[in-house]
Amino acid sequence: MSQLVFIAFQDNDNARYLVEAIAEDNPEAEVQHQPAMIRIQAEKRLVINRETMEEKLGREWDVQEMLIDVISIGGNVDEDDDHFILQWT
Amino acid sequence: MAVKNKKLNLKDKYQYLTRDMAWEPTYQKKKDIFPDEDFEGIKITDWSQWEDPFRLTMDAYWKYQAEKEKKLYAIFDAFAQNNGHQNISDARYVNALKLFLTGVSPLEHAAFQGYAKVGRQFSGAGARVACQMQAIDELRHSQTQQHAMSHYNKHFNGLHDAAYMHDRVWFLSVPKSFFDDARSAGPFEFLTAISFSFEYVLTNLLFVPFMSGAAYNGDMATVTFGFSAQSDEARHMTLGLEVIKFILEQHEDNVPIVQRWIDKWFWRGFRLLSLVSMMMDYMLPNKVMSWSEAWEVYYEQNGGALFKDLERYGIRPPKYQDVANDAKHHISHQLWGTFYQYSQATNFHTWIPGKEEMDWMSEKYPETFDKYYRPRYEHWAKEHAEGRRFYNNTLPQLCQVCQVPTLFTEMGEPTKLSHRQMNYEGERYHFCSEACCDIFKHEPEKYVQAWLPVHQIYQGNCEGGDVETVVQKYYHINIGEDNFEYVGSPDHKRWLSIKGKSSDDKAEGSKQDAA
Amino acid sequence: MSIEIKTNSVEPIRQTYGHIARRFGDKPASRYQEASYDLEAKTNFHYRPLWDSKHTLNDPTRTSIRMEDWYAVTDPRQFYYGAYVGNRAKMQEAAETSFGFCEKRNLLTRLPEATQKQILRLLVPLRHVELGANMNNSKIAGDVNATTVSQMHIYTAMDRLGIGQYLSRIALMLDGSTGAALDESKCYWMDDELWQPMRKLVEDTLVVDDWFELTLVQNVLVDGLLFPLVYERMDQWLGEQDAEDVSMLTEFMRDWYKESLRWTNAMIKVVAAESDANREQLQAWIDQWEPQVYSALKPLAEASTGIEALDETRAQLSTRLKKFQLQSQGVSA
Repeated sequence: MSQLVFIAFQDNDNARYLVEAIAEDNPEAEVQHQPAMIRIQAEKRLVINRETMEEKLGREWDVQEMLIDVISIGGNVDEDDDHFILQWT
Repeated sequence: MAVKNKKLNLKDKYQYLTRDMAWEPTYQKKKDIFPDEDFEGIKITDWSQWEDPFRLTMDAYWKYQAEKEKKLYAIFDAFAQNNGHQNISDARYVNALKLFLTGVSPLEHAAFQGYAKVGRQFSGAGARVACQMQAIDELRHSQTQQHAMSHYNKHFNGLHDAAYMHDRVWFLSVPKSFFDDARSAGPFEFLTAISFSFEYVLTNLLFVPFMSGAAYNGDMATVTFGFSAQSDEARHMTLGLEVIKFILEQHEDNVPIVQRWIDKWFWRGFRLLSLVSMMMDYMLPNKVMSWSEAWEVYYEQNGGALFKDLERYGIRPPKYQDVANDAKHHISHQLWGTFYQYSQATNFHTWIPGKEEMDWMSEKYPETFDKYYRPRYEHWAKEHAEGRRFYNNTLPQLCQVCQVPTLFTEMGEPTKLSHRQMNYEGERYHFCSEACCDIFKHEPEKYVQAWLPVHQIYQGNCEGGDVETVVQKYYHINIGEDNFEYVGSPDHKRWLSIKGKSSDDKAEGSKQDAA
Repeated sequence: MSIEIKTNSVEPIRQTYGHIARRFGDKPASRYQEASYDLEAKTNFHYRPLWDSKHTLNDPTRTSIRMEDWYAVTDPRQFYYGAYVGNRAKMQEAAETSFGFCEKRNLLTRLPEATQKQILRLLVPLRHVELGANMNNSKIAGDVNATTVSQMHIYTAMDRLGIGQYLSRIALMLDGSTGAALDESKCYWMDDELWQPMRKLVEDTLVVDDWFELTLVQNVLVDGLLFPLVYERMDQWLGEQDAEDVSMLTEFMRDWYKESLRWTNAMIKVVAAESDANREQLQAWIDQWEPQVYSALKPLAEASTGIEALDETRAQLSTRLKKFQLQSQGVSA
């Protein structure tokens, strides 16, 4: 059966960078635009890499900064200095 | 002890900044410092296995939360300054906020108290810190909701005495008893009930209806609050998932205890959400999605993935989930029909849905709406047009456990009530369903204590011998202002004057027919 | 040129919530007021707590202190959540600058070994006292009903965690973020004779049941002696040991303590003035606990500032409590 992981965040200025980075590192992911919110889902795994975000932003980025804009998540979280991963095992 | 010479990674550093500040006591017994950890029968063999669900030191917490608050309050100010309440789709929408402020906001405050309590009860320092952070988050939600609704309270009725009503009003004992049940339970059950079942499994079924409902209906204040609060919720969800896995991994004896809690709290949560289902389908002039669709996506799909993941611990999906899944075609209509006829005793208005709305419901509920529910509304609309707008003058039988009126029906037999009853120690108790009866049977000494609002009225404990006196005096519901039919209400009249109209008119964009 | 902006003005039908109007009249209320009054459940509870069969949920008798209205205790700082985090965010920004500067210039690691060891032995173990304070205040926040009172205690609970984290980071700066210094510091806390009376005191507070007794002991008596002793007097003494760079890393604690006097004093003042019974109960608790706090801090004072500093702090506490018609031991300076 399908096991989707997802992340939803506020559709604001930070969002465009997150979407770019996630789309690049997760080519199979599906991006949905809803009122004031962006939802991204994928089968079993999604990763946000600090390196990719820093490339997009043009500045240093802390993985925890993402917390400001997150609305909802689905999946087991694995977070460290370099990435934020959502997955079902 | 090995001398450390490697720089700590994020995970280990966070442990030094939290749980390492704790120590094994020697001057007082551990059991005296943490007296509430054992009575539930949950066995924790090794707290060091607790994985911190998120790693936010207090300096980062203050920094990020302050940033969120600054943005949020700027919106609240702008909303008030610009009379943002005039930009909502229709004043009917505000009834969703009345339900929210009286039904949900007090639970945020109770959650603050509950998490502060369990934030002390666990002997695992990592769990304590996570719970304390949730406690202060919930206080944030409680207070920002008061602030978000403040402007609405100045311009609409029914929002003026939420906490007072929450303690007394008949249908508000549904959410109140839900949270009292969790807070009166032990710390492990509390986390299973709230962090796992509510904040993880069912959270989207509260969030999407209210917050997306706000977005779709032009309520800038609430949608901004909602999104701001949801970033806290992401942390809460990770706590919910971590706590359930931790308990299950600690000892196999925990599995059946947790399974029973999952069954109980799925069902109590589902029953609580029935109030939200009617809000979603009936109170939002601009529809987000149907309750049936929301349940399918957010419970059946999301929950399916989750419980598949938990299989390896020996956990199965909640008992009676098939009943809940089937009920998605019915409950919003069953609830609305009930509240429609008891609107003399609610702090919000009700009304018959307009033609377009009924057609939307025919489309979204192809197997049930036209067959079972449309005829009721057409009948009541006719009664209203002929000057006999229906109000039920007898009080409803409430379920002893979930405290919703016993209006639910058997799976596959929507004209048959799923009422159950049983005797316990010389008294007869009534239930809305097999599932609630099950919950009672496992903890009867708990549920016999319930303060059932209708029983209390009949016993003379609600400051009046008749419904009208109870409603005005005990409930603080302002008769003729907060209650009764929407059409012709002070809220409706004020809305028409705001829009410069003498009646609701399709050409102006409203989706309602005047009854 | 003056600009006039017209907005569509609509008269409100009420100025604030009913429960606020009952207290303050139907006029626009402050954010603090709307966030802090009468939000908690007060009656008609459904089930007795399984973990405390002697009380109901939100039971006012979880303390022997009696108030006609607990909402008489308010926060002079007017902290609701938004104001609280806003304030602390500014404080942490300043602290972050100090920590960053200290790290960059190796201000701690260039201190002599002996001085570093003193920091680890005399200052850093206080992180464990902070954890005790965090636990106690979380308990209080869960036991208190009136929001004006409960919120002050959850804020201070989280503050104590934060202070503990700053103290921990001092050690992490000393050991290159390996954790070795924290391990050493914890050994002092567990085994060094100097800390045992303090550790015993903290553990004793962790079994106090009455939440007002606990807030008095923790937030007034312990803090009232410990913070001036450590962050004023011992801070000066460290400076005399050529460790003045540590000061910038504890500025947060000084600012925090000064602010905390505002709400703890306001709370004690109102509660003591309410009734003779309250005052007598507070006095009994002070008589029981204050000497223990003094004894617990003696070894630390003797190893650093000298006992006179502690005696002076004790006298200051005594003067402070006199304002509320309460006595404690301590010779006026």
